[in-house]
Amino acid sequence: MPWRLLKFALNPNHSEPRFFPPETPLKERYDMVIIGGGGHGLACAYYLAREHGVTNVAVLEQGYLGGGNTGRNTTIVRSNYLTPEGVQFYDASLKLFEDLAEDFDLNIFYSNRGHYTLAHTDSAMRTMRWRAEVNKHFGIDSEVVDRSHIAANVPDMDLDCGGDAPVLGALWHAPGAVARHDAVAWGYGRGAYQRGVEIHQKTRVTGIKVDDGKVRGVSTSRGDIACDKVISMVAGSSPRITSMVGLETPIEIYPLQACVTEPVKPFLDTIIVSGSLHAYVSQSSRGELVMGASVDPNVLHSTRSSFDFVEELADKMLDLFPFTGRLRVMRQWAGMSDITPDFAPIMGKTPIEGFYLDAGWGTWGFKATPISGKTMAWTAVNDRNHELIEPFRLERFADFVQVGERGAASVGH
Amino acid sequence: MKLIPLPDLGPRPRSEFDYGGELRRPPMGADTALWAAYVFNRQGAPGLLREWWYHRPTGAWYLFERDTLADRFIRHIPVQDIQYELPSADPAV
Ligand SMILES: Cc1cc2nc3c(=O)[nH]c(=O)nc-3n(C[C@H](O)[C@H](O)[C@H](O)COP(=O)(O)OP(=O)(O)OC[C@H]3O[C@@H](n4cnc5c(N)ncnc54)[C@H](O)[C@@H]3O)c2cc1C
Repeated sequence: MPWRLLKFALNPNHSEPRFFPPETPLKERYDMVIIGGGGHGLACAYYLAREHGVTNVAVLEQGYLGGGNTGRNTTIVRSNYLTPEGVQFYDASLKLFEDLAEDFDLNIFYSNRGHYTLAHTDSAMRTMRWRAEVNKHFGIDSEVVDRSHIAANVPDMDLDCGGDAPVLGALWHAPGAVARHDAVAWGYGRGAYQRGVEIHQKTRVTGIKVDDGKVRGVSTSRGDIACDKVISMVAGSSPRITSMVGLETPIEIYPLQACVTEPVKPFLDTIIVSGSLHAYVSQSSRGELVMGASVDPNVLHSTRSSFDFVEELADKMLDLFPFTGRLRVMRQWAGMSDITPDFAPIMGKTPIEGFYLDAGWGTWGFKATPISGKTMAWTAVNDRNHELIEPFRLERFADFVQVGERGAASVGH
Repeated sequence: MKLIPLPDLGPRPRSEFDYGGELRRPPMGADTALWAAYVFNRQGAPGLLREWWYHRPTGAWYLFERDTLADRFIRHIPVQDIQYELPSADPAV
């Protein structure tokens, strides 16, 4: 961020360029329509304009920008996945993340922390070794470490978890990071808007017009629009959109909850995930503990959060950090996660010409924001799946070639 | 704590249950595409859904129709009502 700071200091007029475009009427026709103004939709718009010169594009958002899962996630960015396809894809995203602040001229509070995935059982240790080997093969900084490594970096953790589930070791991923989710969405949104893309908030897509297997346009709460290409990037609302075009998918919606405590002095600078305890935690730069778990146990289309969640999470967190018993929970919330059977996304072309899908982001899609935007923009422009997302195509289920990421994505998001 | 209205035992806390997912009927025949759709695809969109719930304390499975937007249990479906149904060509119930 040094350039920005310098420019700011030297500039007598401290006005910021406008983030959000003023409300304008919808045009009758666009080349492409993006449904969903979350991180993915805004990133896709940004790369369409920046890398492909496609600017006759409208991003339609039913609420406000980043108000979906983008503004609800716990912002963990990592690439230590389990499958070669996943590892390469998420690593490309991580590399894009590292330059975003310069790209946007905006502080996205990208904070490199290091990421532990704790193993409390032999079988978990086996998965960690597997992940480490796949990761290393693709040049990713990832290794299995023993208790002394964890004890040295996280002195306040009870490695025996009260004696119930002693930690045997962990997968250590030094590049693991957190970032400010809103800033990522706003940066992409502003960059797209400055390059000529239209962003319409409070504009809900209510139908998609398909003739002869080809996309012709969309209906919205503010009138109809003609277009030949529609990119659906709506995370927890994906099944509602795919049902508009009669497309069946394996996506199911489960709520995912998170919470933060009151701020305390810094004591935890790494990200800690425990698959066996179904809990993870990091400390924000304000000092709050940001905590979460795996998804709620049953399908539900709601962002209601529950006492059951906090109670269960607190029980697990006390095993790891007994002294957090004195902390109060300040806020809790939920997002709707679009879960797939193999915990990998569904991306790219569909059987409907001109209808592109970016969905199945479940509990793990924030870190993929840059690379999803970039590869989906390429895919829509070329009407061909980008090579990085080819393994994530919808047909993989009918072809029985799933991309099994459960072991790396169900609790650690 | 959410309660699930059991037909024989009355309302029980949801924490006593395991979620068994959407009721799906295996397709007739052995067409691969139909089987893949049966195995993987789900209703997904909000609405009425028939789902299995396993009550751990009694070891019994129950079938309910639930509104997945409002999270309301609409009715219990006696298993006898569906167990003699023949497989159908349409995997979605
Ligand atoms: C509690 C929680 C913690 C998480 N933690 C992590 C994490 O640590 N790391 C990580 O990588 N991922 C995490 N995730 C997952 C991540 O948040 C999502 O996968 C990601 O943000 C999806 O981004 P998106 O832009 O695709 O979707 P969203 O941000 O949800 O954007 C979709 C937008 O589409 C809009 N929309 C929907 N329907 C319509 C319509 N009909 N018309 C117009 N607009 C519509 C919605 O209003 C919404 O704004 C977490 C998720 C949750 C809920």
